[in-house]
Amino acid sequence: MSAEERKAIRADKPFAFSEETERKFQQLLTRYPKDQKKSLNLPCLWLAQRQEGWVSAEAMEYIAERLEIPVTDVYEVATFYTMYHLHPIGKYHIQLCRTLSCELRGKEEILKHISKKLGIKPGQTTADGRFTLSQVECLAACGGGPMMQLNDDYHENLTPERVDQILDQLP
Amino acid sequence: MTAAVELKEVKVLSAKYHLKDSFTLEVARQHGGYSQIDKAFGMEPGDIVEEVKNSGLRGRGGAGFPAGMKWSFLPKDNDKPVYLAVNSDESEPGTFKDRQIIEKDPHMLIEGIIITCYAIKAHDAYIYIRGEYVAQARMLQNAIDEAYEAGLLGENACGKGYRVDVTVHSGAGAYVCGEEMALLESIEGKKGQPRVKPPFPALVGLYDAPTIINNVQTIASVPYIIEHGAEGYRKFGTEKSAGTFLFGISGHVEKPGVYEVEMGVSMQEFIDKLAGGVWKGRKLKAVIPGGSSCPVLNAEDVAKCTLDYESLMENGSMLGSGGMIVSDDQTCMVRNLKNLLYFYQHESCGQCTPCREGLGWMYKVVADIEDGKGKMEDLDLLLSIADNVEGKTVCVLSGAAAMPCRSHILKFREEFEEHIKLGKCPFPK
Ligand SMILES: Cc1cc2nc3c(=O)[nH]c(=O)nc-3n(C[C@H](O)[C@H](O)[C@H](O)COP(=O)(O)O)c2cc1C
Ligand code: SF4
Ligand code: FES
Repeated sequence: MSAEERKAIRADKPFAFSEETERKFQQLLTRYPKDQKKSLNLPCLWLAQRQEGWVSAEAMEYIAERLEIPVTDVYEVATFYTMYHLHPIGKYHIQLCRTLSCELRGKEEILKHISKKLGIKPGQTTADGRFTLSQVECLAACGGGPMMQLNDDYHENLTPERVDQILDQLP
Repeated sequence: MTAAVELKEVKVLSAKYHLKDSFTLEVARQHGGYSQIDKAFGMEPGDIVEEVKNSGLRGRGGAGFPAGMKWSFLPKDNDKPVYLAVNSDESEPGTFKDRQIIEKDPHMLIEGIIITCYAIKAHDAYIYIRGEYVAQARMLQNAIDEAYEAGLLGENACGKGYRVDVTVHSGAGAYVCGEEMALLESIEGKKGQPRVKPPFPALVGLYDAPTIINNVQTIASVPYIIEHGAEGYRKFGTEKSAGTFLFGISGHVEKPGVYEVEMGVSMQEFIDKLAGGVWKGRKLKAVIPGGSSCPVLNAEDVAKCTLDYESLMENGSMLGSGGMIVSDDQTCMVRNLKNLLYFYQHESCGQCTPCREGLGWMYKVVADIEDGKGKMEDLDLLLSIADNVEGKTVCVLSGAAAMPCRSHILKFREEFEEHIKLGKCPFPK
């Protein structure tokens, strides 16, 4: 990652684990060999993302320090995997499966419906910051296609009506 | 062709699925959970390896490698720790069976892990679970916490004076991390880029120590083998494909889902009877039998195939991870292939040029054909790219893209040609 790219993902405020995250971190430390702290790279990025909603350059620098590894090792991992958000995203993240079983059962119709309903295309966030829409690869719920993941939870056998029900009742 | 095994649902792995709160330790224990620990610890580790070898259990993650044989590759003289890595990445399109085990009977998996650790002389097991399985990782962790509290895991696991620790390690969105060497890299905190084999992980694996990597379903099958012995397990299935399998079925069928049957049942009957047949009263056009990388079969092939390793191999495909994707007679096979190739080019880890460049190229050519911009010579071009990416890379992801590409053209060439002649897709959007 270039210096410029790194600058683009700065939160411009310091990052540290909260008390609760720190507790989880201390627990994780006991799960891997003592000389293999780098194994906590992915878990720590998850902790940071759980805490802030995304992973900033500051968070990556902090993780590198805590794990005593070069910061490039953290950048490299944060950018390789698709689930780490390098920018803040909407309060609700809709991840619609794009892959074959879901396509065969009508994911295109669901995509159109959600896009129209929210006025956004995949990769975009609504102006009020509530929804981010993504198309993702097979989520291993092929038997329930078309399906989406809404934040942590799977919703299967979607129809436009089902989608409305799910999205309209969100707080 | 040998006669198919009689089609009926069986309950080896799925025995507790119908029970309320089957995922809890209490219900698991009431129904035989952890009952094989005593018997297993009464055996010599080497005898368990032998028993699993004799059972004919083959890996359920895709390659179908005999589990007991893999275990016996561990070095005899070894002063490093041995690790067990349980593959719960479950990212091959069409595959959604391991999720059932985690959601409905995680304790069967944990019991399998304890027995396997003892058999291979490991004390630390890591379950690598795909990042999107947030709820499932939590369920698994809850089950593990219950097992610790009950003394089933830990320093003195099950009171046997043998330490077993189990840790859930979440991925973060990368299909390639299901590949065993990439999986180990990912646990080590690195990018999921597969390492060159050999050395094989049984010799140089996690933290450069001997490591056994097995799929969730493979490990969950172990307690049954201990209870009923190799012969008891072999009562199910065929000579070379022993046991039961949690087959997934998705796409154009009336009742998609996961069904446990013996190996060797008729594919056609499985589709018609268990999955309720092709939806909307339509006809069958194609089935991808075992996850998206397996060569596609046409209706004629399907009528001949039984669900076991040999039959699918004889018919030019593979059993893979047992996830069938069914297409009805109104499906555009060019569009199907385009969808799959998009997946594979998206998931290339990028370290080998043939895979990084070739898969994207294959996708573009097929997308052009689907859009009506294809040329006849594109078909030979696709076949030649497929040949040039397969087997020339660090891992077999490139081959996983080449196989569907080649087989779609081979079995449905006239559809590709029609797109090219018409200058558009002949199927309704
Ligand atoms: C690209 C790729 C993806 C894979 N994904 C998975 C997966 O999601 N789950 C799995 O169990 N095996 C997967 N495998 C197979 C593993 O490399 C490995 O063979 C398997 O986990 C071994 O376990 P088994 O012998 O019990 O099947 C994948 C292989 C490749 C090449
Ligand atoms: S074949 Fe593709 S996925 Fe596998 S190591 Fe090479 S570039 Fe990575
Ligand atoms: S294809 Fe959509 S979940 Fe598998």
